[in-house]
Amino acid sequence: MTAASLPAPAAPQAPDQGALLTASDLQVTFAVGSSIAARLRHETRVLRAVDGVDLEIRRGEALALVGESGSGKSTLARALTGLVPLAKGEIRFDGRVLPARRKHSDQRRIQMVFQDPYSSLNPRLTVGGMLAELLRVHHVVPRGEVGSFSRELLGLVGLGEDALSAYPRQFSGGQRQRVAIARALALRPDILVADEPVSALDVSVQATILNLLRDLRAELGLTLMLISHNLAVVRHLCDRVAVMYLGRIIEVAPTETLFSNPQHPYTRGLLAAIPKMSTAGDEGAPAIAGDPPSPLRIPAGCRFRTRCPIAEPRCEQEDPALRISADDSSHSAACHFAFAAAGAAAAG
Amino acid sequence: MIDPVVGGQFLAPGGGPVAELSRLPPDRSTPRRRTWYRQPALMAGLTITVIIIGMAVFAPLITHYNPIAQNLNDTLQGPSAAHWLGTDELGRDVWTRLLYGGRVDLRVGFIAVLFPFCLGTVLGSLAGYFGGWVELVIMRMVDVVVAFPFYVLIIALVFVLGPGERSIYIAITVVGWVSYARLVRAEILVAKRQEYVLAAQAGGLSNLRIMGRHLLPNVISQSIIYAMSDIVQDILAIVTLGYFGLGIPPPTAEWGSMINEGQSFLSTHWELTTIPGIAVVIVGLGLSLIGDGLADLHRPGQS
Amino acid sequence: MTGTDSTGTDGAGPRGTGRDEAGWATAAGTGPMLEVTDLHVQIASRRGLVRAVDGVSFEVVKGDALGIVGESGSGKSMTLRAILGVLPPEARITSGQVKLDGQDLVPLRQSDLNRIRGPRMSMIFQEPMSALNPVMRVGPQIAEGPLVHLGIGRAKAAERALDLMRRVGIPDPERRYRAYPHEFSGGMRQRVMIAIALACEPEIILCDEPTTALDVTIQDQILRLLARLCRETGVSLVFVTHDLPVVAQVCQQVAVMYGGQLVESGPVREVLHDPRHPYTLGLVRSAPDFDNVRESLIPIPGSPPSLISPPDGCRFHPRCKFAEEDCQVIEPPLKLLAGGRATACLHYERCIEALEAERSAQ
Repeated sequence: MTAASLPAPAAPQAPDQGALLTASDLQVTFAVGSSIAARLRHETRVLRAVDGVDLEIRRGEALALVGESGSGKSTLARALTGLVPLAKGEIRFDGRVLPARRKHSDQRRIQMVFQDPYSSLNPRLTVGGMLAELLRVHHVVPRGEVGSFSRELLGLVGLGEDALSAYPRQFSGGQRQRVAIARALALRPDILVADEPVSALDVSVQATILNLLRDLRAELGLTLMLISHNLAVVRHLCDRVAVMYLGRIIEVAPTETLFSNPQHPYTRGLLAAIPKMSTAGDEGAPAIAGDPPSPLRIPAGCRFRTRCPIAEPRCEQEDPALRISADDSSHSAACHFAFAAAGAAAAG
Repeated sequence: MIDPVVGGQFLAPGGGPVAELSRLPPDRSTPRRRTWYRQPALMAGLTITVIIIGMAVFAPLITHYNPIAQNLNDTLQGPSAAHWLGTDELGRDVWTRLLYGGRVDLRVGFIAVLFPFCLGTVLGSLAGYFGGWVELVIMRMVDVVVAFPFYVLIIALVFVLGPGERSIYIAITVVGWVSYARLVRAEILVAKRQEYVLAAQAGGLSNLRIMGRHLLPNVISQSIIYAMSDIVQDILAIVTLGYFGLGIPPPTAEWGSMINEGQSFLSTHWELTTIPGIAVVIVGLGLSLIGDGLADLHRPGQS
Repeated sequence: MTGTDSTGTDGAGPRGTGRDEAGWATAAGTGPMLEVTDLHVQIASRRGLVRAVDGVSFEVVKGDALGIVGESGSGKSMTLRAILGVLPPEARITSGQVKLDGQDLVPLRQSDLNRIRGPRMSMIFQEPMSALNPVMRVGPQIAEGPLVHLGIGRAKAAERALDLMRRVGIPDPERRYRAYPHEFSGGMRQRVMIAIALACEPEIILCDEPTTALDVTIQDQILRLLARLCRETGVSLVFVTHDLPVVAQVCQQVAVMYGGQLVESGPVREVLHDPRHPYTLGLVRSAPDFDNVRESLIPIPGSPPSLISPPDGCRFHPRCKFAEEDCQVIEPPLKLLAGGRATACLHYERCIEALEAERSAQ
């Protein structure tokens, strides 16, 4: 089973066992600051939030999407969930291509938990109302069972049934996230996308939510995609990690492989930059210097070269594609110098 | 085993919802419905308005005169025991006409505000939610209407449509919807970025449903507050139309026409013009205070 | 915590100088730069009197960096603001002392405090976009402090600002002097704030979660910059954060706050590695540590205490695994331990036991 990150070959393949969702050459763009006149003249500036991403999510796994601001990770997550239109590329679910306007039955399969527990719940709906609406619109359970199923959902996330009649403002941040998770689970999705689910919570509460996600995975066989900037959280929860930079995935590997043997200079820098309890406070040169380039002006060639410690002229001329390691087919990186010691399965 | 919330309670203790955030959220306290009766502006406004509405509603019980019955023997009498505010040039009791006039003006004013409110809210929601061409078209229509001074347009429309209650409603609707549209569009632009809207979209809910059930209830309070001041404006418009003879046709008692008719007697019986004017001011004051009070209530974090 | 005992310190100490058992610095002449004694801050709110800071005492020795760690509602930000004298209008210092180099700031009027803020004490905030004036160019904002407080001319102040911009690592400072804050990235804005904080060469800089809003790689840059500047200028630092690893990176000493009180303090690595208070232990165990992937994160059950009517006795007892009967009744004082450490737990040995058990099981 390959970590197929090369463009899909023209000839149709047998569906990968275990590949639940496959994204090919995804592009998501936003027009920035254009007036009507400029739009008519096709002179708009385009922000390429997601700039050619191939990704695979396997059944039952916990995949992390890691990156800093401007990396496009949230946009990619939303594109996969169907909330943001694609400029290019296609998404396949269980082998089938998903159209731009998803049918209810497809929309249900991928659900999302958002970052801000304060704006992700409608302040005017009770928890019960929120859940009932979803259950009814999608006919998840027969009408008479809406109440009992709602209670079950709340129980799954550790809330009592008195939560049903309460409004979001009566809950604390961590409890709100539980409600959000219950809501996401209401439609019985195959994939749960969690966009920075704990960033806005206190440290001691983060643990409860992370444990909850881990337990739900085990109990429900849920496939999880976790978006996070916090690598410690990722290491704790996920099997595989994809690192994004300026709209591209620049490295993919199983968690421990990524952390012990990062091949892309950005990944190495990211890991070195993490403040750790064990390392001494040090004034030396920072892991990665400079600011990330604006997504409106992505550097030619390798987009990381402007901050890369090992950049060479070649990096400006040639944009490296994701190459798979010859030693470890589950590890790929988009750098000309990746896997240098091991030798890479060069694909261009 | 998923670790349950301690004690099975979900309610946060005295620390409140802020307690678990590692950064303070913006203040989102909901309107304090419990303390609405402590709002001085709101209470004053409600008192005034309720009294006036009460007087208008119970007019037949308060006065026994007929507002349109002429009594040419008793014209232009000053205030007396029989006629508390005197009589006008056709011998009609001023107090009675004031009360019955209030009925007309208040009724038309309150009804007239409903149509622009509904139309403007719907168009504003569509513009704000869908953006793109829909927004473009609607907002340019707003620009066109706004380019004209309010009264010029109203008077022109009523003139064309002919005087009468129906024309007033049409004219006010055509001109008045724009304020609501702008207001609602702006609110929706902000509200639709909230993540619960995204969540609803992720949940496969239809746009109509999201707009109606999720967005509008969160956004409509601003419209309602604005509607309070809009009623004042509508009443003024009706009175003005009446003053120009374009409103409710005589002999129906109506403050605007009363002001107009009393003009000729300004030097001798100034009360004929002034008193209806004062009534308009008082009603306006009451409604504005209600609007202010509601706005204060709605503002987060203040008591 | 019933305030401090007679020695009243939490063990902050300068690098390299000795400390005696009571925690006083033994190097002569290095009295504490900042000494906070039994500080109480209360906020008047509709629901009652909120005891945001309830008897906090600590010291920062010259040149040292003290981290204050806590979650929301712990009172750490309020403490900082009380020190600087910029509390929100509903909040007041009801008792206690804040001594900057021996001088108590609490009784001072705003006009006197203004002479101290800037030249002697400054602050770095969490959100640079709201802390910088959006309609004022960056250079003049940095130059404003020296202009007003140091009485140097405009030209000299501008020169100084340019120099500071270079020091904090803003590229192309001559051109960016005249830029507006919105033209900078988050990391750059934070550097501008650091430049402003350093402009008058203060003795101490207070930092309120300065890197929380930044990306990891930018945070790395800023933390290193702060560490370097502190060493170069000898300025003392009070660094408030909720992020334990960040504290470990930047500070030598740490104080842990909970429910408006100080519950533990000491050298940072020791406190985080070998906590002596159940809350600290809970924090450490619930935070995913990059280097130490534990099977399960152990959250702290329950919720933070109400600051209006806190629990009797030890504020943490409702959530504490080791709580005993006396914990519900007695407010634990801050007890000094060996090695410049202190804890406000009556049964701190249970922490030691728990840690030992954990380690031997591995």
